[in-house]
Amino acid sequence: MSEFDQLYREVILDHYKNPRSHGLLEAPDAVAEGQNPLCGDEVSVSLRFDGDRISEVGFEGRGCAISQAATSMLTEIVQGKTVDEVARMPKEELLEEIGIPLTPVRLKCAILGLGVLKVALHKAKGTPLPEEWTGAGDLTIA
Amino acid sequence: MEAMAVTARPKLDAERLRADFPYLEELLNGKPVAYLDSASSTQKPRQVLDAMREFYEHSYANVHRGVYRLSERATEGFEGARHKVAKFVNAPSPREIVFTRGATESLNLVAYAWGLDNLGKGDVVVITELEHHSNFVPWQYIASRTGASFRHIPIDDAGELRLDALDEIAASGRVKVVANNLVSNSLGTVNPVEKLAAWAHDQGAIMVVDAAQAAPHRAIDVEALGCDFLAFSSHKLCGPSGIGALWGKRELLEEMSPFNLGGEMIRSVALDKTSWNELPHKFEAGTPAIAEAFGFGAALDYVSAVGLDAIEEHEHELTAYALERLGELDWVRSYGPPADRRAGIVSFNVDGVHPHDVAQILDWEGVAVRAGHHCTQPLMTRLGVSATTRASFYLYTVSEEIDRLVEGLKKAKSQLG
Repeated sequence: MSEFDQLYREVILDHYKNPRSHGLLEAPDAVAEGQNPLCGDEVSVSLRFDGDRISEVGFEGRGCAISQAATSMLTEIVQGKTVDEVARMPKEELLEEIGIPLTPVRLKCAILGLGVLKVALHKAKGTPLPEEWTGAGDLTIA
Repeated sequence: MEAMAVTARPKLDAERLRADFPYLEELLNGKPVAYLDSASSTQKPRQVLDAMREFYEHSYANVHRGVYRLSERATEGFEGARHKVAKFVNAPSPREIVFTRGATESLNLVAYAWGLDNLGKGDVVVITELEHHSNFVPWQYIASRTGASFRHIPIDDAGELRLDALDEIAASGRVKVVANNLVSNSLGTVNPVEKLAAWAHDQGAIMVVDAAQAAPHRAIDVEALGCDFLAFSSHKLCGPSGIGALWGKRELLEEMSPFNLGGEMIRSVALDKTSWNELPHKFEAGTPAIAEAFGFGAALDYVSAVGLDAIEEHEHELTAYALERLGELDWVRSYGPPADRRAGIVSFNVDGVHPHDVAQILDWEGVAVRAGHHCTQPLMTRLGVSATTRASFYLYTVSEEIDRLVEGLKKAKSQLG
């Protein structure tokens, strides 16, 4: 298999070209957005809950094939799962699904969507933030 | 010496280690320079120089952003060095290690990024009379900017901290910061940082440790010290200059605002809002000293392989020997505590000869020492001198070099004293 085919597996290209759950929800119960500081990938996530379960997911984003395809795949994984399950979901679970060799830099592309989704859960349900999103802070000009 | 020697520690073979140091190959009147200024900066072993050359030749690119393999290799080397630093000081996580230009920048980072947001009127910043300017002036400055008061722990005549002064300092206001060097760069005093850290925490203060002079010479364990921040430099432990580290407790680093802005410390930027990157990158603006960080890691490997305990014991023997030899000269006055409570640093004065003249004459004898206030002017004031001559030792120092120092001092005394 060529290097191209290893990284840009058919399933990745499919999710990239035809992203699932694309478009933000109207009147969502939780939202978050985030960027990958390394290359500027962006992802926004919106969620609706049914009790303690995630009933609907919608995302929008701009970025490389890996970041957008991984977020698309993530929306399929989390649909119907409980908030706690997803908040505790290790990144390895998503990486296994993606199933491609990732260097440390591309790894950050792949887990961007998962991080943003966990930030949305944190904001709405108080679940813990993933490590890379804690204590970063920002500056907002009034 | 024999009476007090605890010989369970591993021995260091300085003669063998000297073969690693190219500076010793250059001869002056048939002899290599007796380099007795390691407290200022150490010489570099071939292992560190080779590691840096290798890195530049085979693994160099800018770090973190590159998707290509060369950049991945550079990032791996750079981040690998961060892991080595974390291990060296027993930090719980490499995310708590911030690369800086050196101990001075590390201490400025804490003073600005923590101090500006956490200090105000009624608060007290505590340093010591022994402090290097790098751990003195940033706190003096930030205290004055924030309206906090600035107090010092005095020393006794032997150059040791007077902890009996703590109660009075505690009564003077809310103590918020205690900043102290673990080893004094001027006198070599090993300070009771564990005790000070416990006292600081009793007051609700943070403990900031300047380990620039300690890290090269003894094993450092941030958890055992009980401090909140610890700063040190690469160039004082066989590594390149221009790189150093700050360790900080994660909760504190997370709460802190950034220090320098731009580049790697950014997550995203818009006209009205900018988000900071995660730890430790939040504090690392701009392209870092990449190969220097790699060399820093190689230096940590080198001194760790020699053994910090062995280095400490070796310096202890040299210091005891130097104090004994200087003690034979009744026209030399040395400063600081006895050998068993100090690192490999000896500060002294020759009656009737200014330290700069002493150092000049020693240089003609091929003996390199430092003369001046050693960036500790408050301490010089306390000692009642304007300057001292300082000889300092490291793992490549041998006792013959101390003999050469003593012969040189005799010459200086006879010519100018």
